[in-house]
Amino acid sequence: MIDLDVGKYAAFIWPAYAITALAFAAMIAGALNHSRRWKTRAEGLSGK
Amino acid sequence: MIPAPAFLSNPERFMAFSRWAAPLFGAIAVVLALLGLWLGWSAPPDYQQGATVRIMFIHVPAAIMASVVYVFLAGASFLALVFRHVLADAAAEAAAPLGAGLTLLALVTGSLWGRPMWGTWWVWDARLTSVLVLFLFYVAYIALRASLDDETKAARAAAILALVGAVNLPIVHFSVTWWNSLHQGSSMFTPGALAPVYARPLFLMMLAYLSGFGSLWLVRIRGEVWRRRADAAALRAARA
Repeated sequence: MIDLDVGKYAAFIWPAYAITALAFAAMIAGALNHSRRWKTRAEGLSGK
Repeated sequence: MIPAPAFLSNPERFMAFSRWAAPLFGAIAVVLALLGLWLGWSAPPDYQQGATVRIMFIHVPAAIMASVVYVFLAGASFLALVFRHVLADAAAEAAAPLGAGLTLLALVTGSLWGRPMWGTWWVWDARLTSVLVLFLFYVAYIALRASLDDETKAARAAAILALVGAVNLPIVHFSVTWWNSLHQGSSMFTPGALAPVYARPLFLMMLAYLSGFGSLWLVRIRGEVWRRRADAAALRAARA
């Protein structure tokens, strides 16, 4: 059974998970934007 | 030229391979992470660490991946520098921002664990300091590539820097045994050091991070291939 009660350590555990989620969101968005931007640019320049 | 699988040495084949492999690795990472988190949050609090053991499930994989990604970065840099491998330089450039992100994540989540367990956010301990140096090598690699207009020179200089930085990897790994360290020794790869109730979710999270990195790395390499195609097309258009 999942236990989300972290008691007195909440001020450390939840920020650690929040920062991890934000970091992965940023890495995913960064990778996808980088790829999409240059794909669009390359296809535009090559006339596809 | 060293032998390499065709899908890694030929950009066209790599693009065909990565088109389905990147989303597949991403989906595997999500499934493994959900399973790992479910098991991790179902485990009882540790008798010493209490509930802060939950931070281990996101901190340890980030810390291991920080070094693993640098091994990939240095390996790709070596192939690019010595063998001028077609995709190796793109792979090295694509790995750097992901490695920097994972290393920063390891430092921040480690600090959030250290404050309640050690009583301090940071100490100039051998493990922590060597991981900070690892992060600085990632940042320096990215900055060096961005600072030179000549892409060939930038790639060569950054590859040399990446290989120099690889010297830090054994220091990161063995820092907890070479010096008296506040940081605990390796437990993930030491049989019996970790109770199965924690080892299973940690192992799943490790695989999730690895698969997630694989997915993002492929996406970033694809972006690099597109960028180089765009640059080549722009050059052709300027000459016409």
